[in-house]
Amino acid sequence: MSDVIERSTTAKDWSSDQEVRWCPGCGDYSILKAVQMLMPELGGRTENTVFISGIGCAARFPYYMATYGMHSIHGRAPAVATGLAMARDDLDVWVVGGDGDMLSIGGNHLIHALRRNINLTILMFNNQIYGLTKGQYSPTSEVGKVTKSTPFGSLDQPFNPVSVALGAEATFVARTHDMDRQHMMETLRRAREHRGASFVEIFQNCNVFNDGAYEGITSRSVREEMLIPLEHGQPVRFGADGHRGVVVDAQHGARLVEVADVGEDAILVHDERREDPGMAFMLSRLSTGPHEPTPIGVFRSVERAEYGELSNAQLAQAQERSGAGDLHALLHSRPTWTVD
Amino acid sequence: MADLDQTDAPIELDRVIIRFAGDSGDGMQLTGDRFTSASAVFGNDLATLPEFPAEIRAPAGTLAGVSAFQVHISDHEITTPGDAPNVLVAMNPAALRSELHLMADGSTIIVNTDAFDERNLTKAGYDASPLTDGSLARHTVYEVPMTSLTKDAVAPLGVKPRDAERSKNFFALGLISWMYTRPSEPTLAWIDEKFGSKPQVAAANRAAFTTGHAFGETAELFEHAYSIRPATVPAGTYTNITGNTALAWGLVAAGQLAKLPVFLGSYPITPASDILHELSKHKSFGIRTLQAEDEIAGIGSALGAAFGGHLGVTTTSGPGIALKSETMGLAVSLELPLVIIDVQRGGPSTGLPTKTEQADLLQAMYGRHGECPMPIVAAYTPANCFDAAIEAARIALKFRTPVLLLSDGYLANGSEPWRLPEVSDLPDISVAFATEANHVDAEGNEEFWPYLRDPQTLARPWAVPGTPGLEHRIGGIEKQDGSGNISYDPANHEHMVHLRAEKVAGIATDIPPVEVHGDVDDAELLVVGWGSTWGAIDGAANRCRARGHKVAYAHLVHLNPFPSNLGEVLRRYPRVVVPELNLGQLSRLIRAEYLVDAHTVTKVQGLPFTAGELEAAFLKELGA
Ligand code: SF4
Repeated sequence: MSDVIERSTTAKDWSSDQEVRWCPGCGDYSILKAVQMLMPELGGRTENTVFISGIGCAARFPYYMATYGMHSIHGRAPAVATGLAMARDDLDVWVVGGDGDMLSIGGNHLIHALRRNINLTILMFNNQIYGLTKGQYSPTSEVGKVTKSTPFGSLDQPFNPVSVALGAEATFVARTHDMDRQHMMETLRRAREHRGASFVEIFQNCNVFNDGAYEGITSRSVREEMLIPLEHGQPVRFGADGHRGVVVDAQHGARLVEVADVGEDAILVHDERREDPGMAFMLSRLSTGPHEPTPIGVFRSVERAEYGELSNAQLAQAQERSGAGDLHALLHSRPTWTVD
Repeated sequence: MADLDQTDAPIELDRVIIRFAGDSGDGMQLTGDRFTSASAVFGNDLATLPEFPAEIRAPAGTLAGVSAFQVHISDHEITTPGDAPNVLVAMNPAALRSELHLMADGSTIIVNTDAFDERNLTKAGYDASPLTDGSLARHTVYEVPMTSLTKDAVAPLGVKPRDAERSKNFFALGLISWMYTRPSEPTLAWIDEKFGSKPQVAAANRAAFTTGHAFGETAELFEHAYSIRPATVPAGTYTNITGNTALAWGLVAAGQLAKLPVFLGSYPITPASDILHELSKHKSFGIRTLQAEDEIAGIGSALGAAFGGHLGVTTTSGPGIALKSETMGLAVSLELPLVIIDVQRGGPSTGLPTKTEQADLLQAMYGRHGECPMPIVAAYTPANCFDAAIEAARIALKFRTPVLLLSDGYLANGSEPWRLPEVSDLPDISVAFATEANHVDAEGNEEFWPYLRDPQTLARPWAVPGTPGLEHRIGGIEKQDGSGNISYDPANHEHMVHLRAEKVAGIATDIPPVEVHGDVDDAELLVVGWGSTWGAIDGAANRCRARGHKVAYAHLVHLNPFPSNLGEVLRRYPRVVVPELNLGQLSRLIRAEYLVDAHTVTKVQGLPFTAGELEAAFLKELGA
């Protein structure tokens, strides 16, 4: 046992006194529960934890955590969190938002937070719809989506959030879903333990405006055949008894096969620590939407210097070189002359 | 030509206005800057007006590519870069053509004749050379083959002819330095330091400078040199400073005085970028700078840092303010300290990026959705940017509010001697973070209410993450006064809107009354100004007074709230005029607030007022 006596917390310590106001049955509840249950396991302190969000249903998340929190404005949470994480490396800063918040209005901030590798744990609840504004299609909605703003079907190609994050030089990219608390908690634990920016896409059901969007892949009855669990160092196999798997060849990239057809040795062994994000990207392209087998788990987890640390190191170096800043010396640092 | 007696003492002048003009690539800003520095160290009072095109390299030799630097030096206190130059140094025909309209009859023009070839004359739109067609007859023209003299001077150093030409601005600088008996040492020392890593360039620039200097002395072209004595100014240690540097140093000082680390989130934009450049050098003060992905991230990150207990700052110009306005609204709602700096430029849209204007006042005042009051502070001279930055930070910290600090392109790039303050004389602007619960719930449990206010300032407690027991959530949704919980209650919203307005209005009790200068007791005309027009207003008002008119003038540093005595001051005088580099924004505010018939004098040419322009306008107001 460690000789440091830390008061341990329970999930209750992490829930605020505010009444949760998502629609009954919303997938956000199970994500909140998973996070509140995970926090005591992580051993953090409520006062050192901050949740920052933008706007949208998901963005109400901070109000329900008994931590410090800021419900900011649409799309800007990664920017606000970047300032906070740079200023205060002693804090555990989380960012929570939806697909519209993070990939539409706030897309720019998301990709820059990822490329900087600032120490944030970013959770993107993907429900493929705008909930809070009552049901317009989102940047992750499938082509042809009929909504109030697209009565004849949406026209734009959706983003694949994992592909976007990988393209944005993210060092940690993962995917999980709201129907599997264990998987969620495990994925979020990994994300939180990663030093740098970690991005987790969470498939989340909006039972009011896009009910059942992920049913075809996440419901208990189909999950085994439709979700491809990625585990570091393990062959990428899924389905009953792992009868299906992923192979990669120069001609066709990553594709799904029957293991029996190619032999076990031909199956790709997942390596989340590959420097080159190419393989993770290929895996992210296996599925074009929640209607075909889709990989979940950690796609990529690599080490790269964290931005806040680098920035603090520059401050420390400057102070080492020239001592702590001296205002009098600064004011007299340019040519001066004296009048008597 | 008269015999030149080298022992002749230079003729003493009380002041001179020199304008250096050339192609963007000719190094005129540097030349002006060096002349200014040498004059500053010599002890003259001075004011400068750099003017350069928005393009980094507009086509060489064209009017669009002309870059100019005006400097006014004197042996007495001056406040403007001067109305009309006494001397123009024109490095090419385009520079002559674009600047000639500024030159009064009898003024001096020094041209680089080597640049007056047919090609350059055509590019500048001249059919015939102005040097021979008699069009400069009303000026004293000195023709100096600067390029070839420079080439000859640097040839022995083995410099390639193309590179040799680049040193011609140092020839011009040497010549003008001789003409106005500037000490050479500071410039030579500067050349050695600046070009230390390129010894050949340093040697070429040195040679060009000394050749220019010697040319003035020996060429028998100039009758004599001039001198301008040091100005009599209050005792102290001085440095020459631009507004942007003073502003950056003010932010460094604000962090020290507040005992808080400074965080700057900023996106590059003309003419504000130099503040980002300057602050990013001062890491030994613990200053963090983030060059953000856009203007919104600039202010967003600064707000995040403010939530974490840092002095959050963002710097930009008018277009950036427009982009930041939603986050400013959030900061007003969160009631966190934040300093937002707008170095104004000509608008709307990209407008005139390198030129000055004061047209963002109403944007600063009203440019957000909802009832969203923010204090506004405006700097009025380059050196004053230092104090203005500290004042903006002071208000932000004390009242837990975002504060807008307005500078402009003229202050940003212009420079003046600044009597350095003693650090011990600067104000303590530190505030305390909340550390303890401030409320007891119905069951007798201690809790923290983030919106429980200080009854005096109406500021809410600043409880930073990391403080045990004070965990709280804040956001842009309207909140219950006190508890800070989300509230959609109509009466509470109205209460909060009033509270936020009262908090900002209450700052009036915390700022000094506006001072009136000039004929305080019996003026026929009160001039009210703000920002960078101060120098021209001061000059013009005093000229009117010298003509026997009774004029008073007041300059506003605080534009929201106004100083508490402003209404009384406005009503004290029969006539009020407000000069502004916009279409009358302050006068509109004054009329609305005080029902005073404030007249306007406006100018929107991307240039500051000259004292002469304002003098004429004031005389008109006076019916003289
Ligand atoms: S609208 Fe959809 S996402 Fe929003 S709370 Fe309701 S169910 Fe959840």
